[in-house]
Amino acid sequence: MPQPIKFYQGNEIIAHAAVTAGCKFFAGYPITPSSEIAAEMAHLLPLYGGSFIQMEDEIAAMGAVIGASLAGAKSMTATSGPGFSLKQEHIGFACIAEVPVVVVNVMRGGPSTGLPTQLSQADIMQARWGTHGDHPIIALTPAFPEELFMETVRAFNLSEQFRTPVIILIDEVIAHLSSGIAFPTREELTIIERTKPSVPPDQYFPYDTSFGLVPPMANYFEGYNFHVTGLSHDRTGFPTTNPDLVHNDQVRQHEKIYKNIHQIEKWEEFYLDDAEIGIFAYGTSGRSAMDAIVRARKEGIKVGLFRPLTIWPFPDDPIREKLSKMKCIIVPEINLGQAILEVQRVLGPDIPIKGIHRVAGVPIHPREILALLKEINNEL
Amino acid sequence: MRNWTHYEARFGAVGGQGVVLAGAILADAAVFYENLKAVTSPQYTAQVRGGATKVDVIIDTQEILFPQTYIIDFFLAMSQRAFDRYVSDTSPDGTILIEPSLVTDYSKAPAKVYAMPIILLTKREVGKMVMTSVVALGAMVAMSKVVSEEAIRKAVLKNAPKGTEQLNLKALALGLEWGNELIKKGPIYRPSKGE
Repeated sequence: MPQPIKFYQGNEIIAHAAVTAGCKFFAGYPITPSSEIAAEMAHLLPLYGGSFIQMEDEIAAMGAVIGASLAGAKSMTATSGPGFSLKQEHIGFACIAEVPVVVVNVMRGGPSTGLPTQLSQADIMQARWGTHGDHPIIALTPAFPEELFMETVRAFNLSEQFRTPVIILIDEVIAHLSSGIAFPTREELTIIERTKPSVPPDQYFPYDTSFGLVPPMANYFEGYNFHVTGLSHDRTGFPTTNPDLVHNDQVRQHEKIYKNIHQIEKWEEFYLDDAEIGIFAYGTSGRSAMDAIVRARKEGIKVGLFRPLTIWPFPDDPIREKLSKMKCIIVPEINLGQAILEVQRVLGPDIPIKGIHRVAGVPIHPREILALLKEINNEL
Repeated sequence: MRNWTHYEARFGAVGGQGVVLAGAILADAAVFYENLKAVTSPQYTAQVRGGATKVDVIIDTQEILFPQTYIIDFFLAMSQRAFDRYVSDTSPDGTILIEPSLVTDYSKAPAKVYAMPIILLTKREVGKMVMTSVVALGAMVAMSKVVSEEAIRKAVLKNAPKGTEQLNLKALALGLEWGNELIKKGPIYRPSKGE
């Protein structure tokens, strides 16, 4: 039985989804426009038998969630641009040490403190490449209340399944938008837990790849003692500079995501079947595009939307399949051109790809998309 | 019968006047007691109090895709700064309600302007200044009829902290009464029809 409909803000929905997914630990440092996630987690976690800590800064908060996850607790932190920058060092640690954590980044105008209370979509590339070194990352871009819930649950599932940090990448408007939603119960959801070792402690290695691309993960304090480091390491978890071991492990960490990409990819289509013009958009811009499409269709313009829910790894194959027959592509995003670079890479030079890029701290209005659609349609 | 399928209300103020909550109560009334779809989208500045603040309440008979405004049907302005910053999106057929002690220059209003001494009335009739936004909400509902008086009464009660129910209802009733009066009295300003 779904719970009754109530009014929730986007940030609050993420908190409720997290505890429903089994999140038992949140460490954070408040920052607009993500603070309501921390506030709601502080309220909810004690009710669910979990713990909340407000740390001294964002870096410490990221460190705390890594530690809690190693001790077996599903863990989350939430922040916005400046805090996301600070967390990058530890996100890299979580990547190489393969620690499942969920990081919410509510995108606000930047760089630096920028526009604390207003939206942007300018952290798309930072989510992918913010921390140094070659590393895969998973980032999700929900835009509707139900999606915020389900994608938060999915973020925990993916992080546990693949032993990796997962970023939930939303913008300020989605975070602060309140609407009615009925939360699903835990029983209605698929919840994935990390694979624990099937061997006794004396035979356990924390990065043992003989069980597959994702090594089973023991929790601390359950009798399995192991070493964790940000240095390149062998299967024991201790540092190594052996060229083959280092190379193979980096490739394996890449492959655990990219060889499983079809389990990670997710997107929504909107009027795409007979479309001649395709739009690629996510978050608030995705919702603007949907509104523009409904209006454009009434004027006979054949336009459809590809709206990624997983933006990293980038959905190359689905985009190629769904958008390569289009006569023109539009990419509206609240940055000066980020995801559009990936769309161009995937579709190549044969399809005209037009961006709508505005970084004014306000959404791209459907009117702007509609105007461009009419212009393009007249030229088709 | 409703003569609209989509309605946009904007409450503009300075931080601390309570309009974000008023917006949430209006949306609550629309969703739970009128079976409509509604979202609220707030905007505020980095200041806790004193910055221009607004909340947009979008109400629709269908699912809301774009969660912000096209053209505002009802604009409530509780401060000059909010009026100046947020009034321009108001429809020429829309309604503007101002607090005249704080909004003194409304010469750029694109729609008819009604004035109601919300702060003075709240102070005198309700006694608690935190009720200002509920009084304003009552007037807005009476003037716009976007939700029924019954629906807004239920939503206000639902959102009232324990022990403040009667005070909230008193504030709402005052707003509703004044809103109905204002319609009879008419606007204090009408924009001149194009050149």
